[in-house]
Amino acid sequence: MQKTASITIRRKFRVGNLVFHVLVIAFALFMIYPLLWMLTSSFKPGTEIFKSASFLPETWTLESYTYGWEGISGYSFGVFLGNSLFVVALVMVGNVFTCSLTAFAFAKIRFPLSSFWFAIMLGTLMLPFHARLIPQYIIYNDLGWVNTYIPLVLPKFFATEGFFVFMMTQYMRGLPREMDEASRIDGCGFFMHYWRIILPLTVPSIITTCIFSFIWTWNDFFSQMIYLSKIETYTVALALRQYVDAMGNSYWGALFAMSIVSLMPLLFIFIGFQRFLMDGVTMGSIKG
Amino acid sequence: MNGKRREACAGYLFMTPWLLGLFGFTLIPMLISLYYSFTDFDLLTPETWIGISNYVKMFADKKFVGSLGVTFKFVFIGVPLQLAFALLLAVLFKKERRGIRLYRAAYYLPSLFGSSIAVAILWRRIFNKTGLVNQVLALLGIQGQNWIASPGTALNTLIVLQVWQFGASMVIFLASLKQIPTDYYEAATLDGAGKLRQFFSITLPLLTPMVFFNIVMQFINAFQSFTPAYIVSSGTGGPLNSTMFYSLYLYIKGFGEFQMGYASAMAWVLLLIIAAFTGLIFGTSKNWVHYD
Repeated sequence: MQKTASITIRRKFRVGNLVFHVLVIAFALFMIYPLLWMLTSSFKPGTEIFKSASFLPETWTLESYTYGWEGISGYSFGVFLGNSLFVVALVMVGNVFTCSLTAFAFAKIRFPLSSFWFAIMLGTLMLPFHARLIPQYIIYNDLGWVNTYIPLVLPKFFATEGFFVFMMTQYMRGLPREMDEASRIDGCGFFMHYWRIILPLTVPSIITTCIFSFIWTWNDFFSQMIYLSKIETYTVALALRQYVDAMGNSYWGALFAMSIVSLMPLLFIFIGFQRFLMDGVTMGSIKG
Repeated sequence: MNGKRREACAGYLFMTPWLLGLFGFTLIPMLISLYYSFTDFDLLTPETWIGISNYVKMFADKKFVGSLGVTFKFVFIGVPLQLAFALLLAVLFKKERRGIRLYRAAYYLPSLFGSSIAVAILWRRIFNKTGLVNQVLALLGIQGQNWIASPGTALNTLIVLQVWQFGASMVIFLASLKQIPTDYYEAATLDGAGKLRQFFSITLPLLTPMVFFNIVMQFINAFQSFTPAYIVSSGTGGPLNSTMFYSLYLYIKGFGEFQMGYASAMAWVLLLIIAAFTGLIFGTSKNWVHYD
C-alpha cells in the first residue's frame, strides 16, 4: 500500500522536478553571470569589452593577460601574487599553532578561570576591528614596522582569531574522552598529549582553519592598504586597486584579466576542499 | 607540585600566546583608543586632551550622521534580505537529488568571492553607464542610467552585492536543516499539515538558533563593511556621500585627514552601537529562539 502511494507521488512530482531544475539553473546562471561575463570579457580585445553586449568575444585574445601581468612600475603581477601568498602562508602557520594551543587548554585542561577566559574570547568575536586599529597603527608606526608584513602577521601568532580558537575548542571537546585517559596512563605530559594525540585528530579542523585563513587574508583589503604603501610590498588586492587608479577606462581588459587571476587561488581551494566549505563542518561545530 | 596545580600551570602555559594577544593586541589598544578619543591627535604633534569634544562634534557633523544613515540602511536592508534568500534556498536544496551538490556549489560561490577586491571592481563596472546591467537593459529597449554615479541608486548596488553573497549562510542553514529528524515531518504530514505549515511550525522554530547566530554575525560584519564602498566610490563615499559607510568615513578621518582622536571616538561609538545591537538581539532571543 505504502509502496504504490510513494510511486504515484513520485510520478506526480516528475513535472515539479523539471520545473525545480529549470528555475534553479536559471537563477544560478543569473547569479553567476557577472563572474562569467568578467571571464569572457578578459579574453576580448580592449576595445571590444564595452562596445558589444555579446557574451563571447568576437576575437579571442590573451593581450589583456600579457598586458596585466606586466604589472606596475616594473613589478610584474607575479610579485604581488608572491607577496600575497607569503602573507597568507605566515598567517596560516600562526593561526594553526597558536589557536590550537589555546583550544587545547580550553577543551582538555582544567584550570582556574577557564570559563571566564572562554567568555572573554567569545566576546572578542564581536569586537569591531576599528576599536584597536588606531593605537595599533600608531605603535607599528613608532616601531618602524609600517611597510612591512609584521602588522599583518604578528597578531596571528598570538591567537587573535577567536573564531578559530572557538571552532577548534568545540572540535576537541567532541573527541572521545578515552584518548585523554589512555595518554594519562601512558604518562604523557600535556604537551605530548597535545602534540601526539590531539593535534593529529584535529586535522579536519586544522584544514578548515587553513582554508578560512587563506580566504580571509587573500580577500583582506583594509589592513593591507593601511600598512603597505610601497609598490614592492603590494599584495594582490592592493595591486588591483592600483590598476583601477592608474589605468583609467581604457584598460579594463587588463584589470579584468588580473581580477580573474586573483580569484583563481580561491577557486582552486573551493574545488579541492569543497567538503570543508560546504558540509557545514565548520559551522556545525559552532552549534555546540 | 600536586596534580591539580600542575594542571593549572599547564593550562596557563598553553594559554600564554592567547593571553598575550588578548592584552597586547586587543585590551590595551582598546584602552589607548579610548584615551585618544578624548584628545586631539594628528600623529605628528603630541595629543592634547579635549574632553568629550570629539563626541559632541560628531553629532553635529553632517557627514557622520549621514554615514550612520547609510550604514543602517545597508545593514538593515541587506542582511535580512541576504538571510531570507539563504533560508529559502537552504530549504529548497535540503533534499538530496540529482545535481543538488552542483547547485549548492554554484550558489555558494559568490560568497567565497564576494568580499574580494576583484568582485568590488566587477560591481563598479557592471553597474556603470556602459556596464553589463545597461547592456542587458538595452537589449530590452530600456535606457539605463549610471547606477554607480547616481546618489539614489549607488547604495542599492552595494546592497545587491551584500545579498548576492547569501551562500555562506545558506550552507550553515543546510547543515542544521539536515539535523532535523524526518519523523517530525512525517508526523506532521499524517496530521494533515501542508508544506507551508510544516515550514512555519517545524523548520523555522528548529532553525531559530542558527538564524540567531547568523543575524548576530552577519550584522556585525555588515556594520564594518568597507571594501565595496571604497572601490565603488574610489574612496570618496560619493556620489553625494551616498556610499559613505561608517568604516569608510572612519578611514577618511583617521588615515586621510589624520584626525586620530576623532577616528578613535568614532571607533568607540561603533563599538557601542554593535554592543547595543547585539545586546538587543540577545535580550529578545528568549522570546523567539527555541533550543530543544
